[in-house]
Amino acid sequence: MAVDLLRVDDVHKAFGDNAVLRGMTLSVAAHEVVVLIGASGSGKSTLLRCINGLESVDAGVIMVDGLDVTADDADFDAVRQRVGMVFQSFNLFPHMSVLGNITLAPRKVLGVSADEAEQRARDLLTRFGLEAKADDYPDRLSGGQQQRVAIVRALAMQPQAMLFDEVTSALDPELVGEVLDVIRGLKESGMTILMATHEMGFARDVADRVCFVDAGRVLESGPPAQVLGDPHEARTREFLARVLG
Amino acid sequence: MSTNTGASIVEPEVPYVDPERRSRRQRRSRRNALVATLSTVVFFGVVVIAVATSPGWPVVQDAFFNGDYFALAWPEVLVALLINIKIFVVAEFFILILGLLLALTRLSKSPALLPLRIVGTLYTDIFRGTPTLLVVLLLGFGVPALNLSGLPTDPLVWGTIALILSYTAYVAEVFRSGIASIHPSQRAAARSLGLSNVQTNRYVVLPQAIRRVIPPLLNDFVSLQKDTALVSVLGPIEALRAAQIIVYGKFNYTPYIVGALLFIALTIPMARFTDWLTARQERQRSSGSR
Repeated sequence: MAVDLLRVDDVHKAFGDNAVLRGMTLSVAAHEVVVLIGASGSGKSTLLRCINGLESVDAGVIMVDGLDVTADDADFDAVRQRVGMVFQSFNLFPHMSVLGNITLAPRKVLGVSADEAEQRARDLLTRFGLEAKADDYPDRLSGGQQQRVAIVRALAMQPQAMLFDEVTSALDPELVGEVLDVIRGLKESGMTILMATHEMGFARDVADRVCFVDAGRVLESGPPAQVLGDPHEARTREFLARVLG
Repeated sequence: MSTNTGASIVEPEVPYVDPERRSRRQRRSRRNALVATLSTVVFFGVVVIAVATSPGWPVVQDAFFNGDYFALAWPEVLVALLINIKIFVVAEFFILILGLLLALTRLSKSPALLPLRIVGTLYTDIFRGTPTLLVVLLLGFGVPALNLSGLPTDPLVWGTIALILSYTAYVAEVFRSGIASIHPSQRAAARSLGLSNVQTNRYVVLPQAIRRVIPPLLNDFVSLQKDTALVSVLGPIEALRAAQIIVYGKFNYTPYIVGALLFIALTIPMARFTDWLTARQERQRSSGSR
């Protein structure tokens, strides 16, 4: 039994009167790939943002590699160095080159020298077929390239787990594949991954476990073939019928 | 890509336009150019003739555009303009620093800074609402009259301080709107990488915000360049004062025109630079892939 790298226990989170997470419980073992599916507004993104400390929770506990994210004196910087996050809207820094984007955090947060950070960044870019883009600015890149750079930027901090928040939802259909290929490669290299996505085919191929999120909690969880192919819950069947048409 | 490797010898870069349509377009643009030229010549011809033949023109010309007085005032006003430039440069330096600090203070969420935020809000309300000339008079005459030891008595110093106080309020608001215009997702991305709040501001938010507010900032600079003339009410012989002295001595207004021309000459490069910068940013924004 592998140790849980991420553990979310009965977490509640509301924005004003709008309760988004209502008893969310979930765990991700080291090297496991867990895919969150569910309708927009079901709480997938909010969960990911809470794990990264971008939102504070109202109740419950989130543990990241033994660190309590939900403690009053939580060390978010330590948490964020362990968990990388990639967003739907890329969020590259437009005033910096690709190299600048990737080396900023290693230099300023980890104190890596500029030369070493650049060398590491170039190695990562080469690994993902982006070495020719090192000196370009984000607005020169396609959406797919921007998103791959955003993934490299998170990887440069050498995280133990990656959170992907609908990272292909803003992409043109023909660019989705290149980003998913990168994530598939990360799985093969043993990265722990928690991702929210609407790409059911990808979930089926890559996930170790699929969690169906509904109304702020995990309603059903299991191997992709079971959850996507033979769901127990009526809500899951409804959702899949709508998504898969 | 000058030649095609395939069988086709058609240059791909020249789009096809129907020849008849092309010649119609050319005829139309020639006609438009002709009409524009004619209407411009006629309009300005009529204005010049109307002004020059009006009965009052010789009097106006002598009072405002007298060649002798122009030659007399020109060197003196130009030398005095150096004082305006000095005021402008010193004031601008402090305005930029204080404006940015004020903006950051007002945007900060730290509970310990609440008193500073209150002071910042009051300051902005007061100095944006008060006429700049009033502040110049109040400080320039008021403070030296207190006879407090240790304080400078030079009206030039107090005039400059008054301009700094007044313009910092405007410039802080420009900075504040620029910082607020940076999308929260940029901050989230920076924080998710482990950057602290201060590092996020320093490396991610401020560089983008400042780039975005350069055109409105330059607009305020242009305004400040002119408003250095307000210090003339305190007595220092800057450009406006120098012109005024000659006007009062000779009962002729040509020196004011000299002063106006010099101020315009000072602000035009800044205005054109602002236009150029705005246009360039617009181009960059539209050339981006998304």
